[in-house]
Amino acid sequence: MSALATAIPQPATAPLVEMRDVSIAFGGIKAVDGVSIDLYPGEVVGLLGHNGAGKSTLIKILSGAYAADHGEIRVNGETVHIASPRDAKRCGIETIYQTLALADNVDAAANIFLGREKLTAWGTLDDHAMEAEARKVMGRLNPHFRRFKEPVKALSGGQRQSVAIARAIHFDARVLIMDEPTAALGPAETRQVGELVKQLKQEGIGIFLISHDIHDVFDLADRIHVMKNGKLVGTARVADVSKDEVLGMIILGKCPPGAVPGPGAAA
Amino acid sequence: MAEPSTTLSPAPPAEAPAGRRAGIGDALRALELDTRMVGMIGALAIVWIGFDILTGGAFLTPRNLWNLSVQTASVGVMATGMVLVIVTRNIDLSVGSILGFTGMVVGVLQARLLPEIWGFDNPLTWVVAVLAAVAVGGAVGAVQGAIIAYLGVSSFIVTLGGLLVWRGAAWWVTTGQTVAPMDGLFKRLGGGFEGAIGAGPSWMVGIAAVLLSVAAILVTRRRRAGFGFPVRPLWAEGVVILLVAAAIVGAVLVVNSYPLPVPVVRRMMEAQGLSTDGGLPFVAHGFAIPVLIAVAVGVAMTFLSRRTRFGRYVFAIGGNPEAAELSGINTRRVMVMVFGLMGALCGLSACIATARLNAATNANGTLDELYVIAAAIIGGTSMAGGVGTILGAMLGAMVMQSLQSGMVLLGVDAPMQNIVVGLVLVAAVYVDTLYRRGLK
Repeated sequence: MSALATAIPQPATAPLVEMRDVSIAFGGIKAVDGVSIDLYPGEVVGLLGHNGAGKSTLIKILSGAYAADHGEIRVNGETVHIASPRDAKRCGIETIYQTLALADNVDAAANIFLGREKLTAWGTLDDHAMEAEARKVMGRLNPHFRRFKEPVKALSGGQRQSVAIARAIHFDARVLIMDEPTAALGPAETRQVGELVKQLKQEGIGIFLISHDIHDVFDLADRIHVMKNGKLVGTARVADVSKDEVLGMIILGKCPPGAVPGPGAAA
Repeated sequence: MAEPSTTLSPAPPAEAPAGRRAGIGDALRALELDTRMVGMIGALAIVWIGFDILTGGAFLTPRNLWNLSVQTASVGVMATGMVLVIVTRNIDLSVGSILGFTGMVVGVLQARLLPEIWGFDNPLTWVVAVLAAVAVGGAVGAVQGAIIAYLGVSSFIVTLGGLLVWRGAAWWVTTGQTVAPMDGLFKRLGGGFEGAIGAGPSWMVGIAAVLLSVAAILVTRRRRAGFGFPVRPLWAEGVVILLVAAAIVGAVLVVNSYPLPVPVVRRMMEAQGLSTDGGLPFVAHGFAIPVLIAVAVGVAMTFLSRRTRFGRYVFAIGGNPEAAELSGINTRRVMVMVFGLMGALCGLSACIATARLNAATNANGTLDELYVIAAAIIGGTSMAGGVGTILGAMLGAMVMQSLQSGMVLLGVDAPMQNIVVGLVLVAAVYVDTLYRRGLK
């Protein structure tokens, strides 16, 4: 476990991302209620909780899809204002959505560069340059991929996932949010995503991993944050807790001794 | 890169060895033609040849084809904008009314307001009129677009309201009076013998079009090859260039074999002080100005939809509005621009329609919304959004106009014409559905 020792950051380094006391309400219901989480460079942090626990909503605040009602977001120690996906991307925060958020009717390169197209000197789309870069980044993720001329609708689940990941990592992301990245994948493709996570981690990228699958999270994450009913139950190093204890956190909101309890921990 | 033992992605058909079945199928594939577009052109050819046989050779004459192209221009121009509207999963029911309203505005402008400033037949009149039509139409469209995008009212409702509002406004401009005649130069935008450019200029336009197409094809090929991407085999590139050139030269030959009427030629010769005693020379129409406008709009809109960020965003929004939003695209602004563009094109069509009629009437463009939408749909634009081509919509407009014009030649009654066009619309969409299902 020597890799783990180097991967877990020293307390001295500043967090890559810090969300402090973040809240958001929809029609009077507090979907996220005073949650504080953090992420260090080269760290994988799992975000766990039931459906409706608020983890996707929390992450959508970080990726700019929702604006928080209350709270603060810091990137590299500096307070940032994230009001749109564009703002988040400017901060180096990239998101791979559970739905993949691909425009099905255009090809892989168009999706990878959507909103950030490469232009020629004339101001027109430089599709050839985009295709060339798409071939490069896809070659790294999915070396057998050849279907650059087809709309992504025609691709398999794993290939579509590769396109969504390529879009996130191509632009020098510092923070990667992966929302249920393996939900639609077979075992081989899931393993591939796992390999990729480890590779990105070595490059110093911080990753938020949102998942239902507690085994996935234990395989890949260094730390976990558990949410329930919009509140943070607690935070723990994966090494300090067992899977059963984490299940207890998810289901009962009960914080084990190895975890740091949050505002949502059951008394 | 090591040879994969298991592949996640199947090899594309082009790279798979076809073995013994190599032949016509492979040759067609090498051409990389859009099979859907080839189908459309085939359907148009069947309609044309069918009517020619039924009318005993009266359909495929230079005269009929020339008129057909002029009649298609107005709807064709608007159909290019409707493609983008429908691609973004919206609809615009107000285009006929916007045409009526802007038509009245340009009519009053050039027949009443501008002559008060600088008299009749000022060479600037038509320019001001066209710019005003495009600006007014664009503003009307953008307002509707803003209501749709920022207030969240569905486009069906907003433009249904617009259908009534702008038709009413068209009446209001002159409280129902028809304005006529139009400015002499403006009138040329509508076609007719004054609105044709003649044989020599038609050849120049044709040759320029061929050269530009060839240059575009070769530049694309060079760029692709430069990046090491697969390109068409040289012979296939040659065939494509030949097809394009043949289509353009064919069009020039057709419009150049439609003679001006004898009295017109006699008047022209008398104006030049030439003797008209002997046989009169053959003077061709050449391309009609409204047709050149429509073709230019088609080329510009194709460029806009395929080669610019705006076009890319329009299609991305149509494919997945949420994904477009999450990519950081300002989807609302794009929507306002799409409807503004649609309105501006209605303004341009209003100029063509008003000039052709040589009068501005408040009923101009009535029911055009249906023809424009039908043209886009027949041309392969999907109501589900995300799919459609400008060329397809213009061919769709051509198909519909051909059906109507052919039935007029056959003496079919107007109600029966509507029945046929309606049935063709539904049938075309059904065939398209089958085609798409076959693709999957």
